[in-house]
Amino acid sequence: MKTIVLTRLLQGIPALLGVTLVAFILLYLTGDPSQTMLPPEATETSRAAFRHAYGLDQPLPVQYLTYLSRLLQGDFGRSFAYNQPALEVVLQRLPATIELSTAALLIALALAIPAGVISAAKRNSVFDRLVMGIVLLGQSIPTFWLGMLLILVFAVQLHLLPVSGRGTFAQLILPSVTLSMFLAALLARLTRSGMLEVLSQDYVRTARAKGLGEWTVTTRHALRNTLVPIITVLGLQIGGLLGGAVLTETVFAWPGVGTLVLDSILKRDYPVVLAALILVATGFVLINLIVDVLYCYLDPRIRTATGG
Amino acid sequence: MSWLRPAHGDPPLTEYQGGRQVATVERTLPLEAAPPRPRIREHETLRRLTRIPTGMLGAALLVVVLVAAVGAPFLAPYGYDDQNLANRMKPPAWSDGGTWSHPLGTDPLGRDILSRIIYAARTSLGISAASVVVAGLFGVAIGLLSGYYRGWVDAVAMRVADVQLSFPYLLLAIAVMALLQPSIGNLIAVLALRSWVVYARTVRGSALQVKEQDFVEGARALGAPDRRIILRHLLPNVLTPVIVISSFQLAELIIAESSLSFLGLGVQPPTPSWGAMLSQGREYLTTAWWLGVFPGVAIILTVLATNLFGDGVRDALDPRLKV
Repeated sequence: MKTIVLTRLLQGIPALLGVTLVAFILLYLTGDPSQTMLPPEATETSRAAFRHAYGLDQPLPVQYLTYLSRLLQGDFGRSFAYNQPALEVVLQRLPATIELSTAALLIALALAIPAGVISAAKRNSVFDRLVMGIVLLGQSIPTFWLGMLLILVFAVQLHLLPVSGRGTFAQLILPSVTLSMFLAALLARLTRSGMLEVLSQDYVRTARAKGLGEWTVTTRHALRNTLVPIITVLGLQIGGLLGGAVLTETVFAWPGVGTLVLDSILKRDYPVVLAALILVATGFVLINLIVDVLYCYLDPRIRTATGG
Repeated sequence: MSWLRPAHGDPPLTEYQGGRQVATVERTLPLEAAPPRPRIREHETLRRLTRIPTGMLGAALLVVVLVAAVGAPFLAPYGYDDQNLANRMKPPAWSDGGTWSHPLGTDPLGRDILSRIIYAARTSLGISAASVVVAGLFGVAIGLLSGYYRGWVDAVAMRVADVQLSFPYLLLAIAVMALLQPSIGNLIAVLALRSWVVYARTVRGSALQVKEQDFVEGARALGAPDRRIILRHLLPNVLTPVIVISSFQLAELIIAESSLSFLGLGVQPPTPSWGAMLSQGREYLTTAWWLGVFPGVAIILTVLATNLFGDGVRDALDPRLKV
């Protein structure tokens, strides 16, 4: 077991290095890293100093190593809009995005899993068809449009909820519901198909033959086995959640990393953009690593198969 | 090569085209003779497809959108950039203050919303379709090469895919578009980034499978060059999943393009795009709701149509994939 965890963790290192490599490439997309990392009005002396610090006259592999060592020391460049280290700027806004994403995740799980389970249990019923219809619609609606529609209906017309901003619980409701929709649709469909597969298995038939009630069969036996592969998908979908957060944050003026990235793009404050990208990607890799390890833990077949 | 000819009285050799047994015929070399291709399978699929109501609904909607996109100059009552400041900010025809000359209302510059939506169909569909084609060509090529040759090609390709997937796509797309020029070519390339991995992985898996089968070994024993094996035997097997993937990827890319345009990083004005219209609609959400609602409906209808059609195609091509 420990060997599996260790192997998985070690496998994460190339992925993290890959993230830094992509960031490095992006740095050079404009041609000159000093254009990307320094404000347009920077003086020639500061540019020269920058070039020296980043070793821009060295061969590329050396430059990458210099860049990597700076990253590891926490030097992501300096935001010229905020006049702070870029890393700090991003970290300040991170809690807001985490709050929104977590709320959206919880809502999606709370809606999707029961819906998927019941759909599978009552296959082809009215409920099933209705849910699958909503799921199809949910995957066809752009997140940002849904956000605007919800604002229109609940804030502007009905005056039930606030339009934008962050602070009160009421302000969290609309953005998190908006963000959760796509994930909820996907999860509902996966849960349903997973359950359908599991429900046709022999051990479920055995459980029923033993006389167990349908509810027990569904929850204690079928559900557990359905959920395990869904956790893997969930790990991957969190990337979509973080990406979608950018759109949702824009619509609701939610002060998170997403709005920060867009503002910084407008201001050409690229150190912040790159810092945000690296941080989010790193977080994503780590989350998937944890999901991998969790999966090994939850599915005994993997444990025994690799002799761990 | 007469020793390969079935002797008179022997049972005829079965013909494999792309790994599928399509006919039993008497002929000479199993792989070199021009194979008669009975059209049975294609007709079957088409018939199955027409029997799926949701698939047909999707197809019908798609046709409507396509017609709108192609026929925009004829169908749209106004140009997409025709400003008419006297008629600015008119609500849809059925509200007070609306007129039927502008059924869906006008924007702050007096431009007709319906016309702009019709013209934007060209942009959104065109760009998304182009991106699907680029992603498909690239992804299928990589998948075939990875699956067939394995070795370092496979290792490098799969590692690159993994690294790319470590990034939430939209964030990566935003960063790249911000650093590059916002041209249509760059946009198509960035959108293609979203999809190529799906193609590559699926095709690679298929190639790995088919590669192991006997007829491929037979072909190689006969001296068929790699290129022939890949193109004539691996590729046809892979077409079914590629078609299914393509319809779903088209839906996703339409949403992705709208998202980038919404953020101002996609299609640039004055070219109309649904996403950009939604962005403007957001500014005027409280005063002119129709600016944002209708382009969104257009997106939903198109994406829904593509998804329905994709579902139908998948079910028609291989009912076993139905979930």
